[in-house]
Amino acid sequence: MRIIPIGQAQLPAATACGEESGEVPKMNLPLARREFLKGSGILMGTLAAGSVLATLAPSPVWAVELKTLSKTDGQTLMAFGRTLYPHKKLPDAVYALLAKDLDAKASGDAAAATLIKDGIAALDKAAGGSFTKASATKRLEVAKALEGQPFFATVRSQCITSLYDNDMAYAVFGYPGSAWEKGGYISRGFQDLKWLPAPPKEASPPPWFG
Amino acid sequence: MAKIDFNDDSAVVIIGSGAGGGTLANELAQKGIKVVVLEAGAVQSQASFINDEWKSFSQLAWLDPRTTSGSWRVAKDFSGLPAWICKTVGGTTTHWAGASLRFQEHEFKVRTVYGDIKGANLMDWPLTLKELEPYYARAEDKMGVTRTNGIPGLPGNNNFKVMYAGAKKLGYKEVHTGNMAINSVPRHDRGRCMQLGFCFQGCKSGAKWSTLYTELPAAEKTGNMDLRPESHVTRIEHDDKGKVTGVVYFDKAGKEQRQKARIVCVAGNSIETPRLLLLSASNQFKDGLANSSGQVGRNYMRHMTGSVYAMFKNPVHMYRGTTMAGIIRDEAGHDTKRGFAGGYEMETLALGVPFMAAFLNPGAWGSEFTEYMDHYTHLAGMWLVGEDMPRETNRVTLNTNVKDKWGNAVPNVHFDDHDNDLAMREHAFKQGQAVYAAAGAIKSFRTPPYPSTHNLGTCRMGASAKDSVCNAYGQTHDIANLFISDGSQFTTGGAENPTLTIVTLAIRQAEYIAKQMTARTI
Repeated sequence: MRIIPIGQAQLPAATACGEESGEVPKMNLPLARREFLKGSGILMGTLAAGSVLATLAPSPVWAVELKTLSKTDGQTLMAFGRTLYPHKKLPDAVYALLAKDLDAKASGDAAAATLIKDGIAALDKAAGGSFTKASATKRLEVAKALEGQPFFATVRSQCITSLYDNDMAYAVFGYPGSAWEKGGYISRGFQDLKWLPAPPKEASPPPWFG
Repeated sequence: MAKIDFNDDSAVVIIGSGAGGGTLANELAQKGIKVVVLEAGAVQSQASFINDEWKSFSQLAWLDPRTTSGSWRVAKDFSGLPAWICKTVGGTTTHWAGASLRFQEHEFKVRTVYGDIKGANLMDWPLTLKELEPYYARAEDKMGVTRTNGIPGLPGNNNFKVMYAGAKKLGYKEVHTGNMAINSVPRHDRGRCMQLGFCFQGCKSGAKWSTLYTELPAAEKTGNMDLRPESHVTRIEHDDKGKVTGVVYFDKAGKEQRQKARIVCVAGNSIETPRLLLLSASNQFKDGLANSSGQVGRNYMRHMTGSVYAMFKNPVHMYRGTTMAGIIRDEAGHDTKRGFAGGYEMETLALGVPFMAAFLNPGAWGSEFTEYMDHYTHLAGMWLVGEDMPRETNRVTLNTNVKDKWGNAVPNVHFDDHDNDLAMREHAFKQGQAVYAAAGAIKSFRTPPYPSTHNLGTCRMGASAKDSVCNAYGQTHDIANLFISDGSQFTTGGAENPTLTIVTLAIRQAEYIAKQMTARTI
């Protein structure tokens, strides 16, 4: 079976932003065999057959490698991410990116690692043992109780870039991203809305085509 | 390109290359005046601009440390990022949306028209619309503003169709695709808008006016401009007579340089401009340069802003096409029956998924938030932008507790909304939501202000040296050869997007500087 390790293009540092071509690097989905994946924890899953993502990805199976956090830690963070930002259509693979990015944070910074591990323990404790096994109602209750704490703030703000700035999220939400290489929308539906009357020419003149 | 010697004290040194600095540089160079342009940011191009919100943000935004205080929500949501402006050649004209509206006549004399509003430091401008009209006309021609000079309006996108339908149902009269400095037809060697939808990320087609590929290359062609990117100015120097003599800056290699000057023009946008004057304090000018009035850094304005995003049963795809080519102007006038002074514009706006997540409701989580994201393709959006009240206590100061990489105190931006701003925002939100309800929205959301894009007023112009920093030409009252050349000059903010007025003032300032140089009064 083919495995797709999910990587996310890191934001370049402010000083490293001189992309010559202006091209937007697409998220790389290299194929890898199971045995190439190492680390403290591996998160794995399968994209739903027939979903928009399954048609884009070279394989329905995905995997994320954690370097500092355990598999259980990763699963708890995924569940917490889904509690904070519940999207039925977003696959687990996207929430795994959250775990991956928080793992990267923990790997580079001991204080962050403690904050995240203690936070995971606090989630489990508040849920009466296991946050991942708790009911949706209980999870929401736990999340509300933790709001405002540093762990909550760290995970919540990480969700914004981890969950919403990747190709899978773009596909799920119907956002095509970069438009330049496709010639923009001048001939691709920028005014294709038909359920309202078209404004008069004085308000909205026709596009120029030479 | 000209090479101007560090010790050449005959040149005009311009700090910043955006709407103010870039325009001024070209206008002076065209008149045969030598200029050195020091720009803190690096050079990008249409080719290197990126159609990706976060990557482009890293490429273009001013990300040096800044701090915030005050009761404005931006201080809570974006404590280290009070403003979304740029550090790149071309400045914020790379990022701006292109909306180019003239100020209304009464907006130059608000103290007279609005009266004395408590807690507001209102003052009339030392000039009138009539005086500015010929310069506005030149700016519109230079920038290629639609619906001026025979240039047709832009074609409206889906987001505009929704705005138009709702606005007309509500009875609004002045609704169209705006006065935009974006080519609707090819003009001045630049193509027409390709409807990319990435206006904020640097226009890759070059249809949107930016000093990066209009004013600066034109200035370069004259052989009179020496443009130095990645040159961060830290100090303006002066002599015993109180005239400025040059500037100190760090070049791209991090090496300290000293450029002599006959005249210094500061155009670093309304946070860095007052910061630089304050950082340049000396024994002779203990409170900073040109600050005998104590007004440097004060009266910081950022426009009353907010956005409304509305959810529809049918798809909109608001991200397709020119971001801000759509406007309702009916609320722009001054009509106190609404419960506040001044007015506001309603302009189409769209964000991509990444920035929608970041800005829809910063700090929010849960199913109300995710429902909007789930319906991304079915959302329409508008920005609300209106006149805010200048207040002495809203100000840019030096925060000596935080230092930037050159060891200088970072700017702190303090802002408290005035009651007039709050009343206007409430009215604007209500009307914005009413527009979308009239167009058939299922529901709509009141999005709080983004980090400030319209930063104004921190070195205001005025008739008297007692209560203003510069005169009607941007020349500082205290130092005859020191000029303010950006939106910091604004006495008050008006309801309109400020770039056209910044460019207009720069054209007028260039004429004044050239005359004074010829007359040898500077």
